[in-house]
Amino acid sequence: MQTQENTPAYTPADFKSDQAVRWCPGCGDHAILNTLHKAMAEVGVPPYRTAVISGIGCSSRLPYYMNTYGFHTIHGRAAAIATGFKVANPEMTVWQISGDGDGLAIGGNHFIHAVRRNIDINIVLFNNKIYGLTKGQYSPTSARGFVSKSSPYGTTEDPFIPAELVFGARGTFFARSIDVELKTSQEVMVAAARHKGTSVVEILQNCVIFNNGIHNAITDRTVRADRTIHLVHGQKMIFGANGDKGLVRDGFLLKAVTIGQDGYTMDDVLVHDAHTPSNFLHQQLAMMDGMTLPLAVGVIRDVESPSYETAVSQQVDEVKAAHGFTCLRDMILAGDTWEVPAK
Amino acid sequence: MLDKTNVKVLDKVVVRFSGDSGDGMQLAGNIFTNVSAGVGNEVSTFPDYPAEVRAPQGSLSGVSGFQVSVGRGVHTPGDRCDVLLAMNPAALKQNVRFLKSGGIIIVDSDSFGEADLRKALFATNDPYTELGIDPAQVLEVPVTTMTRAALADSGMDNKSILKCRNIFALGVVCWLFDRPIEAACHYISKKFAKKPAIAKANCAVVQAGYDFGHNTHASMSTYRIETEDPRPGVYTDINGNTATAWGLIMASEKSGRPLFLGSYPITPATDILHELAKRKDLGVKACQMEDEIAGVCSAIGASFAGNLAVTSTSGPGLALKSEGIGLAVIAELPLVVIDVQRGGPSTGLPTKTEQTDLMQALYGRNGESPIVVLSAASPTDCFTMAFEACRIAIEHMTPVILLTDAFIANGSSAWRIPEAGEYPEIRPNFVPEHLRNSSWRPYLRNPETLVRYWAIPGTEGLQHRLGGLEKDANTSAISTDPVNHEKMVMLRRQKIANIAKDIPEVKVYGDGKADTLLVGWGGTYGHLRTAAEELTKQGTPVDLAHFRYINPLPANTAEVLRRYRRVIVAELNTGMFADYLQAKFPDVRIERINKIQGQPFLVSEVIDGVRLNLSKEK
Repeated sequence: MQTQENTPAYTPADFKSDQAVRWCPGCGDHAILNTLHKAMAEVGVPPYRTAVISGIGCSSRLPYYMNTYGFHTIHGRAAAIATGFKVANPEMTVWQISGDGDGLAIGGNHFIHAVRRNIDINIVLFNNKIYGLTKGQYSPTSARGFVSKSSPYGTTEDPFIPAELVFGARGTFFARSIDVELKTSQEVMVAAARHKGTSVVEILQNCVIFNNGIHNAITDRTVRADRTIHLVHGQKMIFGANGDKGLVRDGFLLKAVTIGQDGYTMDDVLVHDAHTPSNFLHQQLAMMDGMTLPLAVGVIRDVESPSYETAVSQQVDEVKAAHGFTCLRDMILAGDTWEVPAK
Repeated sequence: MLDKTNVKVLDKVVVRFSGDSGDGMQLAGNIFTNVSAGVGNEVSTFPDYPAEVRAPQGSLSGVSGFQVSVGRGVHTPGDRCDVLLAMNPAALKQNVRFLKSGGIIIVDSDSFGEADLRKALFATNDPYTELGIDPAQVLEVPVTTMTRAALADSGMDNKSILKCRNIFALGVVCWLFDRPIEAACHYISKKFAKKPAIAKANCAVVQAGYDFGHNTHASMSTYRIETEDPRPGVYTDINGNTATAWGLIMASEKSGRPLFLGSYPITPATDILHELAKRKDLGVKACQMEDEIAGVCSAIGASFAGNLAVTSTSGPGLALKSEGIGLAVIAELPLVVIDVQRGGPSTGLPTKTEQTDLMQALYGRNGESPIVVLSAASPTDCFTMAFEACRIAIEHMTPVILLTDAFIANGSSAWRIPEAGEYPEIRPNFVPEHLRNSSWRPYLRNPETLVRYWAIPGTEGLQHRLGGLEKDANTSAISTDPVNHEKMVMLRRQKIANIAKDIPEVKVYGDGKADTLLVGWGGTYGHLRTAAEELTKQGTPVDLAHFRYINPLPANTAEVLRRYRRVIVAELNTGMFADYLQAKFPDVRIERINKIQGQPFLVSEVIDGVRLNLSKEK
């Protein structure tokens, strides 16, 4: 990861292409796109060293709006394509843009295997709990009972919780934000870019046409402070409009308390450790749904582990050095051969 | 018992090694092949494994075979064998049908006890009568006893000693065909380089087998096999899958593009993945992905990133890769897809050979998505055609499917290792310097070849976006314009058609005096070539045109087909290539010879098929 800490060499405009953005007016994607431009400028990797790879869906149009290398591929396969790209060209910084349908339904297998391999790509998962481009079917993150064109009487199945898949696949980085929380989005995208290995950033995104207000119960301005918590590594887990609520241990589980009530003091409030290898607490934090416990945003897990493409390149270097062949012919001649002499 | 006394001189002989799958028949056969190639014989092999990983010992389903033809003018492993080695009754029962009439059978007489016969479901204790074998054909060798005797002082345990039985039998076969025993020892020593004690024991055993033949059957005839006068050079024995893997590496060296393989295990293609996984020592990045789709998609990603990208599979896997290949068509990225064909549909006959993926390779995608389709004619030709697949993919920015098959993938031949400089440089169509400015667009093409330029990510100033949506021919932006779409369809089509100018003409084997042309493609080359030669020798002149470039067809195809009164297409399917040619050349009357049994042609079947066609006309 290349970073340029002082004066940023690039501005967000350097990452913008000349194409007109074609998402619906009011779509949450606009905010995410602008934030991504800013995050890339902050990270400072040049546009020509950056690739943005997507599958199919509304969000997957995003590469066309980037002045980087970009590839708008086929439904569900972006993670596999990004994996091959990164292994082949490890010098590039690779972003993968996916939606909940593209990434977790048709592309679910590639998603979990990318996370398991810990290939160094940054997956931005736009979660609006609906299929937008095909005009309104339920997705694998839609809640049980959700009514849509393809579930007119409500769905009869439970949803995935993206974080749970990431932990099940032994993910090393998981962060979350909300499309309207520009600062948090930028913060988690920058952290994702700086993490070596697969980074998954889930962004709760609002589809203004087919699923307007799906996250409102949590994200509406009137309730957001009490129903979300912004986790920062090394800081106390504090939330609430008045900043007086905190998370404490409750046996093996978590509990939300008001500081100063029921005998709880600031000392009881947990300090967030995103870098601890155990994902036990990370998973509990990520599974908080905004109702009984606040929905966590920010970087929830960020741990180091060997990344796939680095391990592949290292093994190539080691085996090359050990065998010492200069070319194919050299290698073949070291095996079983016989010579037919010239007459 | 055998009692012939003359020494026979033969152009070629066919030997079939058979035994239990744990008996080491593949190793014995391989050593015999290498030794024969080393003395200047042409060789062609056909390993015939059971489908089960480990069937019960001594059972009919557990029999493993290895057939090899050695000599002069060898194009196939032979229809039937001159000599059959059977290490147990099950092997004899399963393989006697492959023996020529009057052929010789060598058996391990120690393995023909009552229990052995029951395991192989013989009803009586006289297997020869049950199988209709004349005992005079059979050379009974107490292989187990003699192996024990040879290793009596070796200090090895009984189990280890019994593992050397195959090498004793190999010694007997080496004596019969006058093979140099030192060469056999050389290969044994290499095989067991890490276990010197085992190597030494096997060298003693192969010598003992040779001596046994020499001493006890001195009156019997041995054979002298004619040698070919091969091109000078360094040779190795190579099977089709290894040749394919090495051809890809050669193309990587000649193009300067690093080699990436994205693959998923599937019979009978997996050995390509195995070989390329080993070749990290040559810088190859071979990734075993989570499924077939990820195999092709990771390769497409690697191609976009600037690598020579390959995915290897067999028929069912090719079906799964279809959508990905379509993406490479519209993105106009180089991609090599290797399909080692097997029997289908569905899981079909995974270990058996067929040519039934031709239509899938040509047309198995949505939309108008023409791609290049090539095929390999023999195990060693897999090297050349894998190289060609890469050359065309890179120089013409297109996916290429290379069709091989289970028969040539597992079969092997002697192969002269190419000298440096023997294969051409591959020149990627990079964005030329003079176009590197703000007006450059990703779908800008070379006006003559219609090939778009390849901009490698990481290059400053050449950032661009590709995708599966149709693009405007001029601006390269997304376009749904109807006229533009048709224009792009025709451009992609013409780009592939133009490749006919960049491939060799189809070669006709024969003196040109025949009025019958036998036509084939892919792995049937050896059988068709032999059949055409035999027919010509027997007074029925037949020429052969064998196709390795299928789409586009070589430029002289129409002219060649129209030169003959009769065109007969022989293939291992119900007539896919015949249909393809018939659609392109409706004026040519095309006859057919077809076989769909999971087995290669027998030369005799092709000869009979041609004769039947000729007789119909009279």
